[in-house]
Amino acid sequence: MGETMILDIKNLQSHFFTAKGEVPAVDGVSIQVPQGKIIGIVGESGCGKSMTAMSVMGLLRYPGRVVGGSIALAGRDITHLTPKELSLVRGNEISMIFQEPMTSLNPVYPVGKQVREAILLHQKLSKTEAKERVIDIFRAVGIPEPEKRYYSYPHQLSGGLRQRVMIGMAMVCHPKVMIADEPTTALDVTIEAQILQLMKKLCKEQGTSIILITHNMGVVAEVCDYVYVMYAGKVMEQAETFALFDHPSHPYTQGLLKSIPKLDEKAERLYTIEGVVPNLLHLPKGCSFCTRCDQAQERCFVQKPCLYEAADGHGVRCFQYESGGQLDE
Amino acid sequence: MLSRILKRIAISIPVLVGVVLAIFIMLRIVPGDPVTTMLGEHVNPAVIEKISREMGLDQPLHIQFIKYVANALQGDFGTSYRLNRNVTQIILDAFPNTVKLSLLAAAVAWLIGIVAGIVAAIQQNKLLDRLFMGGALMGVSMPVFMTALVLQYVFAFKLKWFPVSGFDSWQAMVLPAIALGWNSAGSIARMTRSNLVEVMQNDFIRTARAKGLRENGVIVGHALKNAMLPVVTMMALQLSSMLSGAVLTESVFGVPGIGRLAVNGIETRDMPLLQGTVVFTTILIILGNLIADLLYNVLDPRIREGA
Repeated sequence: MGETMILDIKNLQSHFFTAKGEVPAVDGVSIQVPQGKIIGIVGESGCGKSMTAMSVMGLLRYPGRVVGGSIALAGRDITHLTPKELSLVRGNEISMIFQEPMTSLNPVYPVGKQVREAILLHQKLSKTEAKERVIDIFRAVGIPEPEKRYYSYPHQLSGGLRQRVMIGMAMVCHPKVMIADEPTTALDVTIEAQILQLMKKLCKEQGTSIILITHNMGVVAEVCDYVYVMYAGKVMEQAETFALFDHPSHPYTQGLLKSIPKLDEKAERLYTIEGVVPNLLHLPKGCSFCTRCDQAQERCFVQKPCLYEAADGHGVRCFQYESGGQLDE
Repeated sequence: MLSRILKRIAISIPVLVGVVLAIFIMLRIVPGDPVTTMLGEHVNPAVIEKISREMGLDQPLHIQFIKYVANALQGDFGTSYRLNRNVTQIILDAFPNTVKLSLLAAAVAWLIGIVAGIVAAIQQNKLLDRLFMGGALMGVSMPVFMTALVLQYVFAFKLKWFPVSGFDSWQAMVLPAIALGWNSAGSIARMTRSNLVEVMQNDFIRTARAKGLRENGVIVGHALKNAMLPVVTMMALQLSSMLSGAVLTESVFGVPGIGRLAVNGIETRDMPLLQGTVVFTTILIILGNLIADLLYNVLDPRIREGA
C-alpha cells in the first residue's frame, strides 16, 4: 500500500493490571489507516477491538494502560500526550462514536448544546455561529427539523436519531479519523443500513477515514475497504475486503465466514467455531487460536506464529503461510 | 407545571388536618392537666374548674377541635397559657432566629458538603477522600446534642472563643451553626461523593472525554448536574427540617427559636403554644417537600416531561 497513512498504529500493546494478573487485551496490534478509507476491525466480543480503539483515543482508564507500541496521527506520535495535548486532539482530529446511543448522550442537556460544546472546544466561533454549525451538521446527518431538534433532550429522540446526533458530534470538527465502535449494533436493521450509508457518504465528502469496529461480517462487506480480523488481542488476518471474502485464509476467518447462515444451503445445524475465546490470563503457549482450530498441527501448540504475507497486502497469522515471509516482528 | 403545584398543595391539606388532629388528641391524652401545672398542686378545685371553663377546656373535645381549627384558619392559634401572649405572635418573634441559624448552618454545610464530596470523588480512595469521608461519617453518626455539647465545652467553656449560649451576636451563632450544619454537611458530602463516583461510570462521560473535554470540564460540565439531582432534593428537605426547629441545638445553646418554643410548650403543658409550633413546622415541612419536588422538575428534563 503506497498511500499516505493518516493513522499508523504500530505494535500497540494495552494491558489491564488486575488483581489476578496482567491481561494483554491488545497484544501487538498494527493497523494502517489510509486517508479517506474505511477500515474494518472484526472479531468476537472480548477480542480487543474496542480496547484498541480506546487506546488510540487515550480513553483507557485504570486499571488499563498502553504499555507499548506507537500511534501516529498524520505523522505525529500521539501515544504519550499530556492531558492538555490529548484534549486538543480528541474530538478535533480524531473522534469516536459508541455502541450505545441510548446512554452515550448526557440526559440533562439538550442534544444541540452537547454537539455545540464540541465545536466551542476546538474552534474559535461565537455561540450563535456554533449553533448554526450544529444545525447544519444535523441537517447533513439527516435529522428532521434540525432547529427544533437542537433543543431536544436525548430521551425525546429515537435510538437512530441519537446515533445521528453522535455522528454529527463526531464529524462536526471535520476530524481526520473517526472511530465507530459498533455504531449500529443497538439499532434496527433498517436503521443500520441508513446509518452505514450516512457514514460512508460523510467519509467521502469530508475525506475522513473511518475505523469501523463490528462483529458483523455483513456490515464489513457492505462498507469497508480493508479489514483486520482480531482474536485474543492480536490481528489474525488482514486484507482488502474483497480479498478477505474471496480467499479467507486464516482458519479463524474461515470459521467466522462459515458461521454466517446461508439461505441456499440446507443445514441441520448452524456452523459454529467450537470452544470459547481463551482466557487472556491463560493464553495457550503457541497460537492463541490453536485450541479451537480444526487445522492445528503440533507446532501450533508450542510456537507463536507471526503475521505472514499470503498475497500482496494480505497478511495471515498462521504457519500455513510461512513461505510468504514475515510482515511483523 | 402550575396544575402540578396546585395538585401537590391540594394533597397537602389532608396531611395538615391529620397532623393537627393527632397533636390535638395526643396533648389531651397525656397525663398532666395544664391548669394544675400552671397553678401548682394545692389549689382549690373550684378555682381550677373556673379557670378551665374560662379557657374552654370543659367543653367536649370535638367542639374544642372545631373551634381551634376555625380560629387557626383565620391565623389565630390561641393564647399561650404560660406567656399570656398570642401564639402566632410568639412564633413570628422566634422564627427569625431559627431562620438565621438554619440559613447559616445550611450555607456552611452545603458549601463544605458539596466541595468535600466532589474532592473526595475525584481523589477516590486517596488521603483527602479518607479525611473528608471520616469527617462526614462523624457528622452523620454523632447525635446532634452530643456534637453541640462537645463544641460548647471545648470552644466556649475551655477555649473561650465563643459565648456559651445566647444568640445576639455573630460569634454566638458560630457554634450552633456548626453543630446543626455538620450533620447536614456529612450527609451531603457522602451523597455527592457516591453519586459522582457512580455518574462517572456512565457512557456519556466517555463521550464527553472523547469530545476533547479535560477531566475537570467533564466533572463540572457533565457529571455534576447529574450527580446533584438527588442531593438538591436532600438539601431542600434538610433546610425545611432545620427551619422547623433544631430542637436540640437550640436547647443546648439557648437560641430563642422555634425548637425552644416547642420544648417550652412541652415542659409547661402549654397546649396552644405547642399546637401552634407543630402546625407551623408541619407547614414548613410540607413546603420543603413541595420545593424539593419542583426543583427536581426544573433540573431533570426526563421528569419534567412526565409531568
